[in-house]
Amino acid sequence: MSDIVTERDIDRSHMTVSDEVAIQIDQMNKWYGTFHVLRDINLTVYRGERIVICGPSGSGKSTLIRCINRLEEHQAGSIVVDGTELSSDLKNIDKIRSEVGMCFQHFNLFPHLTILENCTLAPIWVRKTPKKEAEEIAMHFLQKVKIPEQADKYPGQLSGGQQQRVAIARSLCMKPRIMLFDEPTSALDPEMIKEVLDTMIELAEEGMTMLCVTHEMGFAQAVANRVIFMDQGQIVEQNEPKEFFNNPQSDRTKLFLSQILGH
Amino acid sequence: MSDTHAQTVSYVRDTMLPQAEPPLRDKGAVKWMRENLFSSWLNAILTVLSLFVVYWIVSHLYPWFANSVWRAGSLTECREIRDATVGSDAPSACFAVIADRWQQLLFGFYPKEYYWRPVLALVVFLVSLWPVLFDNAPRKMLFFTLAAPFIMFALLWGGPIWGPLFVALGFVLGYFAYELVNKSAGPLAATLAAIILPLLYWFYLVGPLAGLFSSVAPIGFEYVDSKDFGGFTLSVVIGVAGIVLSLPLGILLALGRSSDLFLINKVSVGFIEIIRGVPLIVWLFTASLLLNYFLPPGTNFDLMLRVIIMVTLFSAAYIAEVVRGGLAALPKGQYEAADALGLDYWKAMRLIILPQALKISIPGIVNTFIGLFKDTTLVVFIGLLDPIGLTNAIRASTDWNGVYWELFVFIGLMFFIFCFSMGRYSLYLEKKLQREHR
Repeated sequence: MSDIVTERDIDRSHMTVSDEVAIQIDQMNKWYGTFHVLRDINLTVYRGERIVICGPSGSGKSTLIRCINRLEEHQAGSIVVDGTELSSDLKNIDKIRSEVGMCFQHFNLFPHLTILENCTLAPIWVRKTPKKEAEEIAMHFLQKVKIPEQADKYPGQLSGGQQQRVAIARSLCMKPRIMLFDEPTSALDPEMIKEVLDTMIELAEEGMTMLCVTHEMGFAQAVANRVIFMDQGQIVEQNEPKEFFNNPQSDRTKLFLSQILGH
Repeated sequence: MSDTHAQTVSYVRDTMLPQAEPPLRDKGAVKWMRENLFSSWLNAILTVLSLFVVYWIVSHLYPWFANSVWRAGSLTECREIRDATVGSDAPSACFAVIADRWQQLLFGFYPKEYYWRPVLALVVFLVSLWPVLFDNAPRKMLFFTLAAPFIMFALLWGGPIWGPLFVALGFVLGYFAYELVNKSAGPLAATLAAIILPLLYWFYLVGPLAGLFSSVAPIGFEYVDSKDFGGFTLSVVIGVAGIVLSLPLGILLALGRSSDLFLINKVSVGFIEIIRGVPLIVWLFTASLLLNYFLPPGTNFDLMLRVIIMVTLFSAAYIAEVVRGGLAALPKGQYEAADALGLDYWKAMRLIILPQALKISIPGIVNTFIGLFKDTTLVVFIGLLDPIGLTNAIRASTDWNGVYWELFVFIGLMFFIFCFSMGRYSLYLEKKLQREHR
């Protein structure tokens, strides 16, 4: 098992789960054409939860979190984020998107803008933050992900790990209440995975509500309070990490865990 | 290193060698020629062959240029001078026709005493380009750029300045309408207001206002009619107007064609395919002949304006396809990242997508512009006197009957200067963006 993140003690003082609901998904279904990708998804996420979603490829885990900020449209059921229901109403979508940060597998930084401009763009144009203030916020978060010295460079000049940390900082600049991570370390070289996971752990330590699609089981054990296993578009099993790893219930979960932890 | 053999370290150099020159055959011009011109037998043969072709062309053209006559009143006079100086067999260009008629080739039948106006308009145009093309210009210059089209219009056509002034004020009106309504009723209403208010103003108020002010204070230049425009003034006016107008229209069409909205998508596709699928010359004939049938009788709709509209639509269709290529080349992740940050469609396009897509499309866009500029010569077929049309007019005079090459060489050179500088700018811009963005 990957023990990449167990080197230091994790400060759990702020990792508290409140009983306030952050995301409520009810009977959600989604199809790609005639292919039923997500089937009857029910999920309640409380504020402060750190949820890791795993499962074999094609199981719909990325699609699920992409539905939460409407990068994908669901066709049945409901998704309520921070009290706002996701419908085709553009106003609601933009409101939710500015409250929910997202990090992608391939970072998706804007290559024609500097690191600083990447971080200040959304605060300036969506939140109408004055430029100077936006830059201060951006530098604060770049400091936090430990790359303030790269602020004036372009994304193409940074390593993969640095780019992903910039992507996290860019999301944080919008002061989101929820962060979604879509396989944030899958496109990274092994030695860069740690720096990104460390950043994510710090975020968890501050009490951020997080949903991570990832296969970093060490990360799941270290900070997640819930692990969700998906297969064939359904939530097959969910449990707290210790139980999930030591005592998986369904056969699919057992098979999956043996496959990714076996070697 | 303990097991290094003793004999390998026992040698000690006592004198250092000075730096030496490389062998003669491996430096300077000799080396360059060996590497680039005579690197192999095939290369050597090709070099000799190419040199021969170049020599052949130059040896035929050079006497024609070298013996050229620049001062003469007519072609016959040219011939006489040639016979007297180099003999009647020698080739000789009669550039006297350019010396005699260059003003006409540049300005057409624009009144002589007002030649300074197109020249000044060109200067205004070049200055207004500065902040658009190069980023070392002061930001405030952009206001001049915005005002430039109206200044140029007032200079070129003349008439009371109130017309262009009040038309320009329509844009200011639209801006303030947007700002005011946006505060109270949101961006959609504001956009509508910013379109409808100026349109109403242009249709119903500009005419009477301009008429009133003109009768009270007739300030402005002498009016010059469109049909007096000709030569390169005509080409540049049509070309520049087409280029400036077709870029934004082409971008909108490209966005329309890649839009998910059914109607907008189909209208864009239909427009692009129809315009692109028909030769420009057909559209020009449509502009000059057919449009009259559709317009209400008695409408005097300037032919030059009609041509500008047709040329604009034509090249906009091409630009749209070029830009669509750029849009398609962007990874989907860029759209998703912009969406995920909460940027709305127009902001995402303006700040994220278009800057990257346009950068990719620069060579294609400039290519289209160059094509458009050269295509302005087609207006000769609908009776406008562009430089090509003027050559006929010049030959029609008894003095210059029979002069062809000299005129075309001059016109070709002028077009080459314009098109070559556009091409060079495109290269500069590509290099600059490459350097900045990696």
